[in-house]
Amino acid sequence: MAWFKKERKPRTPVRERREVPADAWEKCDGCGHMDIRDKFERALSVCPECGKHRRISAEEYIELLTDEGSWRELWSNLRSEDPLLFESYPERLTKAIAKAGPADAIYTGIGRLDGLSYYLGVMNFAFMGGSMGSVVGEKIARLARRALQKKRPVVLVCASGGARMQEGVYSLMQMAKTSAALAQLGLHGIPFITILTDPTTGGVSASFAMQGDVILAEPGALIGFAGQRVIKQTIGQDLPEGFQTAEFLLDHGQIDDVVPRGSLRDTTARLLRHMQGARARYEMADAV
Amino acid sequence: MATAYTLEFEKPLQELDRQIEELRRSSTERGTDLTKEITALEAKLAAQRDEIYLNLTPIQRVMVARHSRRPYTLDYLSTIFTDFIELHGDRLFRDDPAIVGGWARLGGQSVMVIGHQKGRDTKDNLRRNFGMPHPEGYRKALRLMKLAARFGAPVLTLIDTDGAYPGLGAEERGQSEALARNILEMSVLPTPIVAIVIGVGGSGGALALGVADRVLMLENSIYSVISPEGCAAILWKDASQRERAAAALKLTAGDLKRLNVIDEIIPEPPGGAHTDHDATGEAVREALLRHVGELRKVKPDKLVRRRAEKYGAMGAYTEA
Repeated sequence: MAWFKKERKPRTPVRERREVPADAWEKCDGCGHMDIRDKFERALSVCPECGKHRRISAEEYIELLTDEGSWRELWSNLRSEDPLLFESYPERLTKAIAKAGPADAIYTGIGRLDGLSYYLGVMNFAFMGGSMGSVVGEKIARLARRALQKKRPVVLVCASGGARMQEGVYSLMQMAKTSAALAQLGLHGIPFITILTDPTTGGVSASFAMQGDVILAEPGALIGFAGQRVIKQTIGQDLPEGFQTAEFLLDHGQIDDVVPRGSLRDTTARLLRHMQGARARYEMADAV
Repeated sequence: MATAYTLEFEKPLQELDRQIEELRRSSTERGTDLTKEITALEAKLAAQRDEIYLNLTPIQRVMVARHSRRPYTLDYLSTIFTDFIELHGDRLFRDDPAIVGGWARLGGQSVMVIGHQKGRDTKDNLRRNFGMPHPEGYRKALRLMKLAARFGAPVLTLIDTDGAYPGLGAEERGQSEALARNILEMSVLPTPIVAIVIGVGGSGGALALGVADRVLMLENSIYSVISPEGCAAILWKDASQRERAAAALKLTAGDLKRLNVIDEIIPEPPGGAHTDHDATGEAVREALLRHVGELRKVKPDKLVRRRAEKYGAMGAYTEA
């Protein structure tokens, strides 16, 4: 007789017990570290273990770089045309709008950062790879002109594969159009900062991205003129480790600093205060 | 000259050329007078050549624009400019032979001429990197432009490159920055700038010499954001679709004139610029003198303002 027979409770299998909602976990694609999603998110999508910066959306950059409730979008009504009648471009545009919103590959607007009002443009990589066509060019040109008129600084967050091929030579000419408008900022002492995120290449890196008075980049961001496949084909050899990363550019004297996402807001605000201050002193000296 | 027609679509011309050559040979060998036959064939050849060149497809123009006998910057410097003094180096790293530049005279007046330079043969091409500049080439160009502006001289640029060089050193030394800097500085350079696409206008590497008050294109030159091969490889994963891409990209002089990106098309001799360097030079000279003459009358600040307005208006978009 088994007086002391242990009553067996049915045990849930180990796998089931560990099961939590699938989307509560995130895995870093840099080091493989697993952590709760919330922890990733609080760290602005930077891996708490290895510091790898995951791409974040344009909307998140706007949130990061503006005081709460201060962002007002401008020129959201500009739409791309199909000037070359390029095959399947209208369909691609429709898909891009459905996926990434109607603002084309850049958001432009005005916001405040630590109370200082300034003009901000944030490229939207989700919209056709952040490619620069006529709408991107026009929005940046308007942003620069408005900033000049209002004497307010400009910050551009870059994320782009380059020119939008489907707009042919018009997309190439946006490099000249944006440059001509931004050149006026320099001539009139209006601060202009660019923040290069992953990736910033081609026609965008070869124009406004590299024209900032101060150029910052996020850790690990791919930044360069030519695509790596093209370079590899051209020179017929493998590329060195870390080639065309933000750190590579910093080493080679091409950018001012690599700034982790967590410090981006603060660094930008401090830079703007420095440069605005310089401008005020300059004007005072002028007046005397 | 049986090798005058080397392009694929010139095959019918090659054949006629061979026949003419044969008649010539037999006329000298046998002492018979075949002048009449030869003249007839030559007329036929000329007519057929004109016919072909009047109806070039976009990809055929790409081939003509890349022709290895097309006049390059140094050819223009020896045919239509005088008193050329080449200036070398960016004062920072080295001299880049893929871009040449210096003082020259056009119609008696001092101008600064800057252009891409391809090589004529393999050895020359290795030295000049097939006309694909490194950052130092663009920095030299900017140095010369500022030099010209300081002395009130017009800047004339001749564009002929497949693109800025995509290489290790180029990236290390800031190819992006060099192009970006030139494009920005040219937009506010206080002196007249006239740019001519003489061959291949390859993307950012062309634009970095191409922001100008007047942009002209030779009839069979091309100007594009990407090569037809590159475009086809990206869009259709197939570089052999370049014919389709060449048509889609709208890269001929006629296309760019219709899109209002350039101001004028300079006609080439029948059969293309490579068949007659002197005649091509003469047409370029005439156009340059005219445009420089007009621009010289405009004050620099007005010139810069107009230039900014011109580029400010480029593009196609709607307001929803």
